[in-house]
Amino acid sequence: MTTKHITRKATRHISQNEGLIFEKSSPGKAAWKLPPLDVPEVDTAKLLGKQERKDLGNMPEVSEIEIMRHFTRLSTWNYAIDLGMYPLGSCTMKYNPRVNEFVARVEGLANGHPYQAEKISQGALQIMKTLSDCLLEITGMDAITLQPAAGAQGELTGLLMVRAYHESQGNARKKILIPDSAHGTNPATAATVGYAVENLKSNDRGMVDVAALAAQMNEDVAALMVTNPNTLGVFEQEIHKIADLLHEKGGLLYMDGANMNALVGKARPGDFGVDVMHLNLHKTFSTPHGGGGPGSGPVAVKKILSPFLPTPVVITKADGTLGFDYNRPQSVGRVRAFYGNFGMFIRALAYIFANGPDGLRQTTEDAVLNANYIRKGLEGVYDLPYSTPSMHEVVFSDKVQSKKGVKTMDLAKRLIDYGFHPYTTAFPLIVAGALMIEPTESEPKEELDLFIEAMKSIAEEVEEDPQFVLDAPHNTRISRLDETAAARKPILRWKPAPSAP
Amino acid sequence: MRYLPKSPADRAAMQQAIGIRSIDDLFSPIPAEYRLARDLNVPRQMAESEIVDYFKQRAKENGEGYTSFLGAGAYAHYRPIVIDALVQRGEFLTSYTPYQAEFAQGTLQAIFEFQTMISELTGMDLANASMYDGSTAAAEAVMMAVRVTGKNSAVVARSLHPEYREVLTTYAAHQEIPLKTVAYTDSGQIDLKELEKAIGDDTACVLIQSPNFFGTIEDVEAIADIAHKRGALLIVSIAEAVSLGIVEPPRTADIVAMEAQSFGVPLGFGGPYCGVLATKDKFVRQMPGRLAGQTVDKNGKRGFVLTLATREQHIRREKATSNICTNQALVALMVNIFMTVYGKVGLRELAKQNLAKATYAADQFSKHAKVLFSSAPRFNEFVVQTSEDPRAINSRLLEHKIVGGFPLKKFYPELGHAALWCSTELTTRSSIDKAIDIAVGRAADGDNSDRNLKNPEPVEVAR
Repeated sequence: MTTKHITRKATRHISQNEGLIFEKSSPGKAAWKLPPLDVPEVDTAKLLGKQERKDLGNMPEVSEIEIMRHFTRLSTWNYAIDLGMYPLGSCTMKYNPRVNEFVARVEGLANGHPYQAEKISQGALQIMKTLSDCLLEITGMDAITLQPAAGAQGELTGLLMVRAYHESQGNARKKILIPDSAHGTNPATAATVGYAVENLKSNDRGMVDVAALAAQMNEDVAALMVTNPNTLGVFEQEIHKIADLLHEKGGLLYMDGANMNALVGKARPGDFGVDVMHLNLHKTFSTPHGGGGPGSGPVAVKKILSPFLPTPVVITKADGTLGFDYNRPQSVGRVRAFYGNFGMFIRALAYIFANGPDGLRQTTEDAVLNANYIRKGLEGVYDLPYSTPSMHEVVFSDKVQSKKGVKTMDLAKRLIDYGFHPYTTAFPLIVAGALMIEPTESEPKEELDLFIEAMKSIAEEVEEDPQFVLDAPHNTRISRLDETAAARKPILRWKPAPSAP
Repeated sequence: MRYLPKSPADRAAMQQAIGIRSIDDLFSPIPAEYRLARDLNVPRQMAESEIVDYFKQRAKENGEGYTSFLGAGAYAHYRPIVIDALVQRGEFLTSYTPYQAEFAQGTLQAIFEFQTMISELTGMDLANASMYDGSTAAAEAVMMAVRVTGKNSAVVARSLHPEYREVLTTYAAHQEIPLKTVAYTDSGQIDLKELEKAIGDDTACVLIQSPNFFGTIEDVEAIADIAHKRGALLIVSIAEAVSLGIVEPPRTADIVAMEAQSFGVPLGFGGPYCGVLATKDKFVRQMPGRLAGQTVDKNGKRGFVLTLATREQHIRREKATSNICTNQALVALMVNIFMTVYGKVGLRELAKQNLAKATYAADQFSKHAKVLFSSAPRFNEFVVQTSEDPRAINSRLLEHKIVGGFPLKKFYPELGHAALWCSTELTTRSSIDKAIDIAVGRAADGDNSDRNLKNPEPVEVAR
């Protein structure tokens, strides 16, 4: 490679090797110490009989320093928002403020038991109430549940309510319309709720084809699930026509709120005809992704759907204190034990407090500004399949590069060498070889410039030496992994090597 | 705004580069009538110090400093300091699902170790990367059993956590999975005769909990025999993971649906927690959720990837095994570190202390009230029946900053004035003695020196 392709963002550094924790284990090492027992010892054999466990198998025995080093070494093999831009489209990888982590660990909140009396749970209830009020104001909806544990469970909850609503009208209806640009969770959720899925084609501008919708809409349709802005980062400009078409035939409009980072403080789904929607607190409201959860997926609804919210809901009682209302005969029931991922409510509310109305609006503006800056910087270098204006994310394709045999995943792997986490690859499905880029508001101009420079440099590399890109990543501790072998003969746990005879 | 890294000059330069005059140009795709022309009505921007103050204030109104005897699916155990030190490393906290394996080996190897330890502890062949919580894990396990067996109904123990049963009812409603409930006997264990009768040709699975909601340990082997004889799978839900240190795991089960909160996860008013599914090798392709697998890179070096993704929603869409996407990775890491800290010997000793404390507490209670279900073994929870309504007892305890047992009337009205009490390694003998004194109506001013009354007046039992 010529020197012009040397990356400015990252360089090589020592990386510690580390085996599996089981490979460090040996009898007699320990990282624990219990206080002396202040009650009589028990005879476990007598108490438990044949139910007594004698052996804990291959559980490790290691010391505390080994544990600290083990997990610290593992952590250094990950990329993270704390290290730099993480432009995964649709995932909204924004800064996770540390005050959120601090307040979630305050004793009293961290140690509150879900079944402690309401009288001594007013603090937690107040947090749930305040967050609910804020989210309702932000979405323009009427009522909300915080119970769903993640976005997909929010979808499930929302569709259960759609179903309960239609049942209350005398007909559960048969199907859910889903645009071809939708997240995979949408059709999977519809199936879970017992609805058939009918695909809805996008038009040449990347939006819901309103004429096609009009043709497909009938009284078998329970709801349309739309993501807005959609997964192309495009705002559905005819959203109100879409809502009208549904409502005329008694259908409901569901909005997947995955992309709310483009709207907060600028537009409210409740104002443009949405009946039910979920939010992802781990996207829009800065709670950490944590390597794949925990999430939190509140569902906000219009008044007509509020009788169907999961139990319990937070209410203000006659004496002015807060409590849980379980007496909701039309409720869809419960979707999770207790009240949801409460720790995430704390973090999301801390984020809203840190921003205020002005900060929330500026955040949205910066997120959209960043995506459009990248779009401008890479237009002409990568194919832009839809010229429709972008909101918070931009979707390119590998059309130009694939002529040299280099696909979106290969470009992504090379981007790792430049010190960036890849964008989302091969999604949405309506774009062949998609590069879906969502920078979020958390990136300074300098980081965006580095990213644009890296992407341009990779495009040049594809022209000069496509094989080099196909072999990427070159600078990681391991090269591309054999995923086929992993799936063909799955090894899903460690086992000790068979001992010699 | 302190989280936003741009100066006004940066913004101006970027707008110029894009070719717009005002930021509003970028929002023009939103029809004008839907653009918000006012400030959101949310609290004003706060300083960090104000945010900390707000939440400290809420914490004070939230049972801070109380001694609790609550369990019932959420358990107070000691959390080793290294857990929070490690999970707050930005590389774990602020990374995404490890789809780009070369850049996420830390998370992937940690998941692989988690899967290994959960498999070891549950006696299953394999485990997934996590589910939302114990309740949804149980519901997903039932749906999995339906796929595996091709049968469509489920038999559920009434001694399964009532909120888990509620969640299952919600999930099953539109999958057309009829549910039958089987009662418990005087031992607190599931009624085996009734179970035998409840299983039919269309029964995909039997779902029990052990230790069950009353803290009673079920005879899993006998239940497995009954289920398997009729071609049904056995799903065992475990809500108190620490029990696995001393209670024989459900090796004869087909699926274990677990809540791992006890392993180093804060009570946190009910979440986030950590569900897990573990099962036998032969069922892996019907399992929901993410799985990390071992493989090699092109130089033969060991590495880990997410695998068997063809089960999942982003590939299979409406034909996926579940709609689950985001799970509980960071919480699973807490669980992972906890299991590593206690390990092979510590987990047993920890479980033994729990058993000793609960045994002591139940023995003390039995001097004044009726401790139900004493003929079967139990772990760290037990049911106390009193003449007085436990809600009245709990009000009295609350005045002494003690949170009493969980009143069972709401879910098990047939038990009368009964409550579920829990003691863990964190429960002290003096707090047990004090709580009992107050519960049975003897004045407690914090001085327990005279707690052994010569003639304790036995509390009348409601049954």
